Amino acid sequence: MTALDEIKIGGLGASRRRVEDNRFIRGKGNYVDDIVLPGMLHMEILRSPVAHARIVSIDTSKAWAIPGVRLVLTGEMMAKRNLAWMPTLSYDTQAVLATDKVRFQGQEVACVIADDPYIAKDACEAIVVEYETLPVVVNPEQALATDAPLIRDDKENQHDNVVFDWEVGDAAGTDRAFAQADLVSKIELHYPRSHPSPIECCGSIADFDRSTSKLTVYMTTQAPHIIRAAVSLVAELPEHMIRIVSPDIGGGFGNKVPVYPGYVMSILASILLERPVKWIEDKTGNLISTGFGRDVYLRGEMALRKDGRILGVRMHTLSDHGAFFADAQPSKFKIGLMHSAFAAYDIPAAHLLARGVYTNKAPGGVAYRCSFRVTEAMFFQERMVQAAADDLGMDQAEFRRVNFVRDDDFPHRTAFGFLTDSGQYGKCLDVGLEAIGYADFQERKKEAASRGRLLGIGISTMTEPLGAGNSREYDILGIKMFDSAELRVHMTGKALLRTGAKTQGQGHETTWAQIVAHELGLPAEDVVVEEGDTDTAPFGMGTYASRSTPVAGAAVAMVARKIRAKARKLAAHLLEVSEEDVEWELGRFYVRSAPNRGVTIQECAAAAYSNMPDGMEPGLENVAYYDPPNLTWPFACYIATVEVDPQTGVWDVLNFVAVDDCGVRINPMIVEGQIMGGLTEAYAMASMQFITYDAEGNCVGSNYMDYLLPTAWETPGFELHEVVTPCPHHPIGAKGIGECATVGGPAAFVNAVMDALKGFGVRNIDMPMLPDRVYEAITTGRDVSGHPPVRQDD
Amino acid sequence: MYPSRFGYESPRALDEAIELLSRGQGEAKILAGGQSLIPMLKLRFASPEMLVDINNLPGLSHLTVDPDGSLRVGALCRHAQLERAAALAGPFPTIAAAAPLVADPIVRNRGTLVGSICHADPQGDWAAVAIALGASVVAQGPSGRRRIPVADFVSGPFQNVLAYDEVAVEVVFPAAAGTAAGGYLKLERRVGDFATAGVAVGLERSGAVVTRAGMALTGVGGATIDASEAAQALVGGELTADRIARAADGAAAAAKPRGDHRGSAAYKRHIVHTFVTRILTRVADDVERAA
Ligand SMILES: Cc1cc2nc3c(=O)[nH]c(=O)nc-3n(C[C@H](O)[C@H](O)[C@H](O)COP(=O)(O)OP(=O)(O)OC[C@H]3O[C@@H](n4cnc5c(N)ncnc54)[C@H](O)[C@@H]3O)c2cc1C
Repeated sequence: MTALDEIKIGGLGASRRRVEDNRFIRGKGNYVDDIVLPGMLHMEILRSPVAHARIVSIDTSKAWAIPGVRLVLTGEMMAKRNLAWMPTLSYDTQAVLATDKVRFQGQEVACVIADDPYIAKDACEAIVVEYETLPVVVNPEQALATDAPLIRDDKENQHDNVVFDWEVGDAAGTDRAFAQADLVSKIELHYPRSHPSPIECCGSIADFDRSTSKLTVYMTTQAPHIIRAAVSLVAELPEHMIRIVSPDIGGGFGNKVPVYPGYVMSILASILLERPVKWIEDKTGNLISTGFGRDVYLRGEMALRKDGRILGVRMHTLSDHGAFFADAQPSKFKIGLMHSAFAAYDIPAAHLLARGVYTNKAPGGVAYRCSFRVTEAMFFQERMVQAAADDLGMDQAEFRRVNFVRDDDFPHRTAFGFLTDSGQYGKCLDVGLEAIGYADFQERKKEAASRGRLLGIGISTMTEPLGAGNSREYDILGIKMFDSAELRVHMTGKALLRTGAKTQGQGHETTWAQIVAHELGLPAEDVVVEEGDTDTAPFGMGTYASRSTPVAGAAVAMVARKIRAKARKLAAHLLEVSEEDVEWELGRFYVRSAPNRGVTIQECAAAAYSNMPDGMEPGLENVAYYDPPNLTWPFACYIATVEVDPQTGVWDVLNFVAVDDCGVRINPMIVEGQIMGGLTEAYAMASMQFITYDAEGNCVGSNYMDYLLPTAWETPGFELHEVVTPCPHHPIGAKGIGECATVGGPAAFVNAVMDALKGFGVRNIDMPMLPDRVYEAITTGRDVSGHPPVRQDD
Repeated sequence: MYPSRFGYESPRALDEAIELLSRGQGEAKILAGGQSLIPMLKLRFASPEMLVDINNLPGLSHLTVDPDGSLRVGALCRHAQLERAAALAGPFPTIAAAAPLVADPIVRNRGTLVGSICHADPQGDWAAVAIALGASVVAQGPSGRRRIPVADFVSGPFQNVLAYDEVAVEVVFPAAAGTAAGGYLKLERRVGDFATAGVAVGLERSGAVVTRAGMALTGVGGATIDASEAAQALVGGELTADRIARAADGAAAAAKPRGDHRGSAAYKRHIVHTFVTRILTRVADDVERAA
């Protein structure tokens, strides 16, 4: 008997084609909007055109008069049912439908349920709302001014626009570090508001059946079980009477974690009308009202020794949360994982002061393909590191190398208290520098200068915490951040796997089967993966924060091991030896003393239903819940070279090298896809993408002509490399990879442009580095801030 | 995104289309490529009672060079046809330069040059090209045909001088006397983005001497800006650095940009200046190389 070839059966390391693509490329995906139920009605939301105003009156009579209109809901009607407000995942409240005031442009003011979406839209336009406008706050500076209008006058004891003040780290120790510094380097920047912007917007179909009292909701959610818990809380229905189904999802990126007013209204409407109610958000609604990303002002300083060692870091963050504190983040830390900054560097002391404010902007979200502010943290870190290297007059690669946590220093406790456990940072950097041609770059720079062009090289190296939780520090609504997998091996050795995660493009249907193949030797194609239905999937916390592989993926390995343990007993029975004499190789148990005598895993599966030993429970099914001991810490080194046209400020990427160490790669092709996608988003943020507001609070970026997604045309090519340091605590050594590139990528582009502009006395250009900002920096020699609202006129 | 209710007609003859427009009394709108109109309907920026789809009208897809060298672009000639017409590069270099910069490849498969000019978006690329080259719109209504220079056709942002019962059947670009030269440059944040600023230059030259010059600017005013007056600095001599500088100064002065999320007003003005200089310097280099 020759051993199975793991790659051939689609196990670990196989670049297996994605099984889900089979239906997607045929147009056979099944998204919420594809679902049509008998008697289904359609809901449209009327949104506020203004950013801050008292609602004087709402007249819905003309809307009710339109034939085909079944229900018009206003805040007043919601309030009667105690549903005008709902709790957020950050322990604040958020208006479902406005009662007193509107607090941002796009806020939900009323909704109409009608026979078709056209009628519903017409009826929304027929609703007359009288607003009395109030002064508008569009940035934290305005929010903190002494005469600032109070945005959250609905909250008792809220007398200003501060959401929280929070700190972490060792203030006194950091002071001491700064007192000893030879040099202090500073930087100040704004990470602009962006939007995850999945192509499929949010939507739901609520279907309440009075006869069974059961509520079924088909919904675009990355976390169906959490939604079930939240719905149970808000709608006061018991969990067993709620079924949340998350069908195919057209991208999430964090946008589909929160609970949105539209979901709540469709549920209430279905309960009132006893008919299915479909709500499909339009693109503008999605961009102006749902979970955004970033929007933080970051300022900090670094204490340095002449020899290049970092002694300490101070960070200040001022985050703009919009009208409601609705961050969908599960950590105990008010500013998420911001203090994961500098984890790759060996720094003795650090301190972070964080302040959050309310403004008249859209609430919620905050994580756009990133683990709760890790993106801002790593961006700040790598911009700070470059500034420090420049101030020291030290080579930027060398400065990093001198300060990296060394390979033999793990586990390493960071100055902010995280525990990193593995990595080869120096090696990743070396691979990157070699690939980009770092040694020859100065030559190329000179050659370009002779053509009137400026060349720059930018490095971004970082390790980030991926895969919430562990249960000690991470929970949502009190539910600990574990995850789960349930495996049923049928009589023929074919299997059904379900997890508590929810794929939205990550390829779980492909990769989970590969983990099972690795653990059991079943061909991956024999394993069907299902997720997203709370009536069938084991309880889990969903997919975001790169947590699927670290947590649910680990649960898959663990449940397969449980199955293997039972199969071993069956094998011993079939081989008529004691269990201790049975050995395992991929897909087969054999007798240690007689390796030719063996049984396959499929034969064991058959025995579980047809020939089990006396006293053994029949069947071959199990479930595993996995609470990770730690986060996983992938490392990335991204290096960009750019060419700047000083006459226009236009910059082009010449080369981009990515070296990712995400531990063991389950499906290298999918990993590469994740990196390419993330780098594309990183490039978008660096070059073109932001949501901004004018002084009146009008959202600029409310459609795809203003909020730009890059196309294949302008996106640069990415050269990918890998280093593998297995995760020491994950059952198969894997680490998260879904977010590394979005998180670490932006700083590489910005650092490269800033490197090109080194001679101009400029320290920072805020993203997006639109040509006009770069040109302004070149011509004025001053930093260019993205801070003021859009200038309507000069 | 759901538009308001509208009627739809798909006439098979031009007369029929004009008849429908007449009956519409201004509440009927022509649907050509739909790449501007459909988004407007979906956003409910426009709510016409009736769409008159001209896509089934015969004889409007042409892209023809007449014996006298003038170019006729029919109302159903798509951007993509212009992009693929390699033969335009010699006699109409400004058109050839602009075609691949209009919108994105998908939009170019359906959108039309004539529709773009009718739409009169100050950020539309074709109006600038047409004005720089002295092109005219041929319009047909109940009482016959008339010819309107594009420079007089656009009457404001998203406004043109057509009567509600007139169809723009084609746009005619006159043949160059002598050698044609020129170009189009556009600054965009991404493929498919409207211009932060764009410059169209159309020149005719006899040897090294410029005999006619037209220039127009995209995205830097409430309507496409005709900067032909500034271009007069180029006429009657060679493309010297001094003349180029005067034309660029003139174009920058003619621009009336507003600062927005694409860039500041000063920056847009600077880009106009830079692009005029770049287009003209390239032409001058070509002339020198040819000599
Ligand atoms: C994503 C996207 C990006 C774009 N980017 C650009 C860009 O970068 N640059 C650019 O210039 N354009 C851009 N456009 C617009 C595009 O070029 C349109 O094709 C063009 O503006 C309109 O042409 P159309 O044939 O699609 O006209 P339609 O949308 O069918 O009509 C537009 C208007 O013109 C009227 N009209 C059309 N044809 C006639 C006619 N024969 N007679 C009288 N009236 C008529 C219609 O009634 C309507 O009011 C973009 C469009 C999209 C969707």
